[in-house]
Amino acid sequence: MKKAILGRKVGMTQIFDETGRVIPVTVIEAGPCVVIQKKTVETDGYNAIKVGFGDIREKLVNKPVKGQFAKANVKLRRFVKELRLEDITGYEVGSELKADVFSAGDKVDVTGTSKGKGFAGGIKRWNFNRGPMSHGSKYHRGVGSMGASSYPSRTFKGKRMPGHLGNVKSTIQNLEVVRVDAERNLILVRGAVPGPKKGLVIIKDSVKA
Amino acid sequence: MDLIRAIEAEQLRSDLPEFNVGDTVKVHVKVKEGNRERIQVFEGIVLKRQNGGIRETFTVRRISYGVGVERTFPVNSPMIDKIEVVRRGKVRRAKLYYLRKRVGKAAKVKEIMY
Repeated sequence: MKKAILGRKVGMTQIFDETGRVIPVTVIEAGPCVVIQKKTVETDGYNAIKVGFGDIREKLVNKPVKGQFAKANVKLRRFVKELRLEDITGYEVGSELKADVFSAGDKVDVTGTSKGKGFAGGIKRWNFNRGPMSHGSKYHRGVGSMGASSYPSRTFKGKRMPGHLGNVKSTIQNLEVVRVDAERNLILVRGAVPGPKKGLVIIKDSVKA
Repeated sequence: MDLIRAIEAEQLRSDLPEFNVGDTVKVHVKVKEGNRERIQVFEGIVLKRQNGGIRETFTVRRISYGVGVERTFPVNSPMIDKIEVVRRGKVRRAKLYYLRKRVGKAAKVKEIMY
């Protein structure tokens, strides 16, 4: 990872490009993030920067976390994440990361926590097909067969069944940065990103680029 | 939400005339051919306007060589050079889908007389 930043999903909209085509974009309010700690190979075994993002009331932060901020002498932030960057020489404790670390045309991966769907059936969770809803059918949205009968006399591991769906960490790879607004700290990414509005997302340079 | 509105507001066009469903309009569309750009005019009756804000589109219907042709444009598209309103139509529907089934004189929309 060469560069990364924390952001908040604002929502989706569309913009026109210079040829008049409509591009669907997700607006992400990225940064300003503040560096709280630097981790190096010598002291920690790996290179990383710990960054904070987002405002928070003082009452919501407990003492141990407050101590981390006090050590770096920075304001309290809601989200704290470690970004494992290859090169951390340019970053100092207390310095700020802004949306302009990325520029238009960059390819990025966006990580977020997907929207929770609760306990979902096979149709929603695994794209199973539904049975007829009428004409005397008594089979509607079930999962169907669990496998063959006397051989193997059991259901195989990994059989796709109903269960909890969503609310897991998820990454969308290779999204294009359409526009960067450094003034308002906005990054416009082509396409959708995981999570609800106001959800925390991490924008990283693409592993595929 | 306000950030989204602000981004959309930057792209909204205020230079286009007001027009409604039933109006006959001339849409001047920029067409790119290779690296040359020219203007193409599409004239017809506005069949519908749908969606809102930056996503608003309108559909224009015309009869071209005996075949009905409908084109949908985003209202705020930069590819629209200008829109001319030729005549104002008097209609009692928001969507003039009934025009599709009609031909000739029956497919006409009455003009608003002031």
